[in-house]
Amino acid sequence: MAETNTERKDVKQTGSPAAQRGEPEVVLRPPVDIYEDADGIMLMADMPGVSRERLTIEVDKDMLVLEGDARIAMSEGMEALHADVHSTRYRRSFTLSGELETGQIDASLRDGVLSIRIPKRAEVRPRRIEVRT
Amino acid sequence: MFADLTNYGGSLFDEFRRLQDEMEGFYGRWPMPSGIRSVARGTYPPINIGATPEQVDVYLFASGLDPKTLDISLQQNLLTVSGERQAPVREEVNYYRKERFDGPFRRLVTLPDDVDPDRVEANYRDGVLEIHIKRREATRPRQIEVK
Repeated sequence: MAETNTERKDVKQTGSPAAQRGEPEVVLRPPVDIYEDADGIMLMADMPGVSRERLTIEVDKDMLVLEGDARIAMSEGMEALHADVHSTRYRRSFTLSGELETGQIDASLRDGVLSIRIPKRAEVRPRRIEVRT
Repeated sequence: MFADLTNYGGSLFDEFRRLQDEMEGFYGRWPMPSGIRSVARGTYPPINIGATPEQVDVYLFASGLDPKTLDISLQQNLLTVSGERQAPVREEVNYYRKERFDGPFRRLVTLPDDVDPDRVEANYRDGVLEIHIKRREATRPRQIEVK
């Protein structure tokens, strides 16, 4: 599974108020853990502030795209004193390889952590070969 | 009072931060002076702070936490949040990326002087810890008479 388009900032034309004003929108790149075991690939991404309704996971041919929109409740007339985070949009994409069963991706979201399980096709899973005596 | 505000130094964490500041100064990455308690990019968890005349709102972007492990304290206007985030490495699998933070963390931020440590509320939702601290009623300007 290779990552595509790794730049930290993406320019998008639609969506948030900033984009509607014609300003380039900063998109956050969520940190991920990716590992592989015998049955498939597991991906975990930190997307704090994103609820299930504001998360999209898309598979288009061999491309996996994760997008989320953080909804943070803010008081009216708030003035920023300090900001480590400058955007509420997350986006990251990866290319998938042919031995993965993209039709059976399983995803769950809990406390802002997205977990995605991509199984391998049955025919490419390792088989233990019994040695007959 | 000044002792309270300055005696948090001396821990390993602060030593590390001092080293980091020195490195940044040495390589001249940032020509502007940085805040005394500012931290390097990528420090976990990222924090945003906003204020209205009535209250100060602190947001910690800390997904995947058990809220029970969190320790939030406010000493005068110095807010400390510590806890532990578990994202352990599994041994029997092959990793391609390991970017997520794993381990204990501690962040310390200075809030405006008029926050009221007795009126603090915190909640944790969708991986964001929100801390709301009310501000004291604005003291009325006093007229000082010249005798």
